[in-house]
Amino acid sequence: MDNPETSFDVLVVGAGPAGMAAAVRAAECGLRVGVVDDNAALGGQIWRQSGEEHTAEASAWGNRLGAAEVAALFGIRVFDQPRRNVLLAEHDDEVQELHYQKLILATGARERFLPFPGWTLPNVMGAGGLQALVKSGLPIDGKRVIVAGTGPLLLAVAAYLRKKGANVSMVCEQASWGRLARFGVGLLRFSGKISQAVMLRSELSGIPIAVDSWVVEAYGSLKLESVMISRSGKRERLACDYLACGFHLVPNIELPILLGCEIRDGNVKVDEFQQTSISGVFCAGEPVGIGGIDAALIEGEIAGLAAAGHTREARSLFGARRKARRFAAALERAFRLRTELKQMPTPETLVCRCEDVTYSRLQQHHSWRAAKLHTRCGMGPCQGRVCGPAAQFLLGWNPESVRPPVFPVRVESLASATPEQ
Amino acid sequence: MPREIVLRVNGSPVSVPAGVTVAVAMAIAEQACRTSVTGEPRGPLCGMGICFECRVIIDGKPHCRSCQIVCEPGMDVRTDG
Repeated sequence: MDNPETSFDVLVVGAGPAGMAAAVRAAECGLRVGVVDDNAALGGQIWRQSGEEHTAEASAWGNRLGAAEVAALFGIRVFDQPRRNVLLAEHDDEVQELHYQKLILATGARERFLPFPGWTLPNVMGAGGLQALVKSGLPIDGKRVIVAGTGPLLLAVAAYLRKKGANVSMVCEQASWGRLARFGVGLLRFSGKISQAVMLRSELSGIPIAVDSWVVEAYGSLKLESVMISRSGKRERLACDYLACGFHLVPNIELPILLGCEIRDGNVKVDEFQQTSISGVFCAGEPVGIGGIDAALIEGEIAGLAAAGHTREARSLFGARRKARRFAAALERAFRLRTELKQMPTPETLVCRCEDVTYSRLQQHHSWRAAKLHTRCGMGPCQGRVCGPAAQFLLGWNPESVRPPVFPVRVESLASATPEQ
Repeated sequence: MPREIVLRVNGSPVSVPAGVTVAVAMAIAEQACRTSVTGEPRGPLCGMGICFECRVIIDGKPHCRSCQIVCEPGMDVRTDG
């Protein structure tokens, strides 16, 4: 099983900023490194390639990746670990074994979605979700868009959509002025962020930004037609073509949980070298705590160097990581979800979109496990990736375990994954 | 102007710019991607391949995430079944 194409000194799962930085640093130490991703290209969600959006930073890391001869494999979905040092992945309906000595998990994050009446209507999407659709060609010129939810992504998405010709009628941020103001003052400590904020402000000029505001209900018959928002306690109905609604991010920790990595407060627990509770398995970026791109890059570098045994160089980056993590902590404080958002769903609102399970049916149970058994909540194709974090916020439930496959795969792939006799 | 390609959505021809995803073709065709278990029309939510709300049948293959697949000329996309 020493096929050089699928056997690596260091295997990195996830080709976003953290994974790219990890792969580059490990490969520059002379190791044979592979990076795999479900997507079709480097960059993860944040650097999702579409020509014009390609930042200088992304190209620089991409060039280093190529120069260091990292093997990048795309369209790869890791779904199981049949035995130590081996992962199983699906690729073009074929099952592949990936062999490694050291493993770096850089699985990134996804948007958090919270249910409200009407959120299942077509054209109600995530904030990052609508941006991704527009990047992949959705015509948005002249469309009326409301951006809502929470987090720094909302303003970036609003600016992007406007640049693409959308008529962004409002940004609704659930956080209060007080929290945002404290965050703004905190920004002064991060000089790089100030110029970004100033630029964003000019790109957003003229778009009303409402704080203490959230969506109460979305209306429409076959697709979205209008939205009722609560704006500082007052209700207001706005006509729109799209609602881009996301509540910051949740880390993708399904694969780390499957491998047995210890989780603390919803994040993968790591030591100072980004090593998880499992020796030889590292984790970097959002899964260790939502921290944005700067934290992801630094942690990726530390993980890559540490996996290659270059601990002294890794140690030299600890200061930069501390700074990036302080920014992450400030983000967390500013955009913490307010408890009023738990009132958004009515008893009839669907929480699980795969199996159409209402909020009232979930409320009849006392745990995620019991609700899954009795209602099939979280057992559809998304495997709880959408409703799990919603149930966690609304009902305080924690998903207790992950069983393979961590991603829906073909029955044939599962059959080939059964343990050898 | 980008080159246009033609694919079929539920049997009807739809012309889209080359390079767009199937989810975008569905929007251009003004069609929902799927019908939920209680009969609701659904379209894309996450745009990154995790929610499976945009799944369609492409050339007979079910459960294809339309937001992750680029349109090809002559592709047969279906939402029923």
